[in-house]
Amino acid sequence: MSSAPTANLFRLPGGLRLPGHKRVSATGALSAVAVPKTLTVSLRQHAGTAAQPIVEPGDRVLHGQRIANAEGGFSAHLHAPSSGVVRSIEQRPVPGRASLSVPCIIIDTDGEDARIDDGQAIPNPFALGSRELLDAIGAAGIVGLGGAAFPTLAKLNQASEAGIDTLILNGVECEPFISCDDALMRNRAGEILYGARILMHALGLRQCFVGIESDKPEAWQAFNDAAAVDNNDKLTLVQIPTIYPSGGEDQLVYLLTGREVPSGGFPSDIGALVHNVGTAASVATLALSGMPLTSRIVTVTGDGVAAPGNFEVRFGTPISDLIEAAGGYTERANHLIMGGPMTGIPIEDDAMPVVQKCNCVLVTSRTITENASTEPERPCIRCGECARICPVRLQPQQMHRAFTIGDRDDLPRLGLRDCIECGCCDLVCPSHIPLTQTFRDAKAHQQLQNYERERASRARERYETRQQRDQHRETTEAERLADLKQKASRDAISEILARKKQKEPEQ
Amino acid sequence: MSALTAAAVLGGIAAVSGISLTLAARALPRDEESLTEQIDSLLPQTQCAQCGYPGCRPYAEAIATNEVGINRCPPGGSATIEALARLLNRPVIPLEAGMETPPDALAVIDESRCIGCARCLPACPVDAIVGAHQFMHTVVSDLCTGCELCIEPCPVDCIEMIPTEGDA
Repeated sequence: MSSAPTANLFRLPGGLRLPGHKRVSATGALSAVAVPKTLTVSLRQHAGTAAQPIVEPGDRVLHGQRIANAEGGFSAHLHAPSSGVVRSIEQRPVPGRASLSVPCIIIDTDGEDARIDDGQAIPNPFALGSRELLDAIGAAGIVGLGGAAFPTLAKLNQASEAGIDTLILNGVECEPFISCDDALMRNRAGEILYGARILMHALGLRQCFVGIESDKPEAWQAFNDAAAVDNNDKLTLVQIPTIYPSGGEDQLVYLLTGREVPSGGFPSDIGALVHNVGTAASVATLALSGMPLTSRIVTVTGDGVAAPGNFEVRFGTPISDLIEAAGGYTERANHLIMGGPMTGIPIEDDAMPVVQKCNCVLVTSRTITENASTEPERPCIRCGECARICPVRLQPQQMHRAFTIGDRDDLPRLGLRDCIECGCCDLVCPSHIPLTQTFRDAKAHQQLQNYERERASRARERYETRQQRDQHRETTEAERLADLKQKASRDAISEILARKKQKEPEQ
Repeated sequence: MSALTAAAVLGGIAAVSGISLTLAARALPRDEESLTEQIDSLLPQTQCAQCGYPGCRPYAEAIATNEVGINRCPPGGSATIEALARLLNRPVIPLEAGMETPPDALAVIDESRCIGCARCLPACPVDAIVGAHQFMHTVVSDLCTGCELCIEPCPVDCIEMIPTEGDA
């Protein structure tokens, strides 16, 4: 084990130093929220295709029992977060960008929290082969806990196909207010390193970086202590300067390795695999106790709750239970946000359930704390501030112009899809232009357009195939008729008659 | 003196290349094949034949030979007209009088009423209806372009256009 000084790091283009507001919730304490009477488990909480339920209303389930199967290669299995009886499978509103109702499995808990046996545990993961380990991780329904809920098996498969050399554990957590990873690292650094060992073994990697942001001295200390015990010479702990958004996947890879993820590509394209520290901890939990992913740590913070802190919560718990665990709302509570102030999304109703990507519940008195621009939007003055701080080196002012008044076909060339929606440009814009929201709209617009193009090209193909088939049928029909005509010609008839005559005398 | 020579030489080169390029552009035939492709790629591929041609490709060919206006595609609407106008450097004009852009919809067969006559099968320009004589038919919604060509041949009126939701 070695600890690299921060000086060896590559420098992130752009980015901002933001007030952290982390001390509000980062007390180091980690308490569990009680199992609620009813759990609402969304079948569509991970990235990719929705899972398919394998239980029926009336079925009794145990904590950790599989209740829905992954659908296809880009999806994840789901497991019951506690024991009880399945009440129904129905559409429920869940927190998300589009605020749609999605199919959910509703479980009435019995309060016993009886769990499955520990048959899934992996006492000696290092004796297993790569495939077996990856399959075990997939079977446990583990997804990335950084915020995207990307199915971990899909990511590992992609990485092992691409051939990578470096594992990076992301403990940067750069967004203000959020401290769930900090709490996890302070309390379970040993487990995280064990999970890292398993992941490295599964992919045969020789190098692992753990990136920890410099504003988390307690987590840094916890890792150093744990690393002394773990004694893994392939592991390097790295302190990352507190600059937002250093914790972005591609940004962290660049900071640590100097390699840049190509446009539209993945870190695996340049030999790196990034996992959130929470994901590594889930792998360790699976190996040690055989328990699949059924809960996560959520930060509840902001000036709208009485006692901010970090809580271990089962998926499907109503957000209101979480608020109650944090001492309830204060008078200042006005806005409810899932995620942080920079990339978070509003939650309409606190009866909605906690989902896998919910790393933080922020209750504030203002709309979006950092990005609150109560000021009206003014025209762009071309100051270029947004381009200077953009961590992906895009030209936000040009993209904004292209989408609102210019040529939308120009957006791909300007690198729209590379925008990570970090929100830095919003913050520095002196004209208070809602740039990030514009880029989200633009991406949705592009997606719709691509979908329509795809449909159109399929229709064209089918139409052309059909034309060819009709043409072919016509020509073969014409040939057949011509052939028949030839056969029925006078010569042919007389020939047949002649043959008949030949046969007659014999009879 | 040297400045004048330079100006004369450069001007000469510019004049010669300008003239020869103009002549070449006039003398060489316009690449109709690729123009048709380009026009076709801007059409919605509904294959509804409302333009008066049997499909999008034939309409594209007709536009390429300047046989017909760019405003005869109701499913494409003003967006398609604008795109075509930009490609062909023609003015943007409104959709042909009497034509109307229909809402996005898919054909759906009420299977309880379908008698299995198979008359809608050949009507579909993209082979999106499956079925056979004496067997129930159904529309593959992923392939349906919403052209409405199957509505008319159905003797029991069991095909209906169901509007699609705004999101894809």
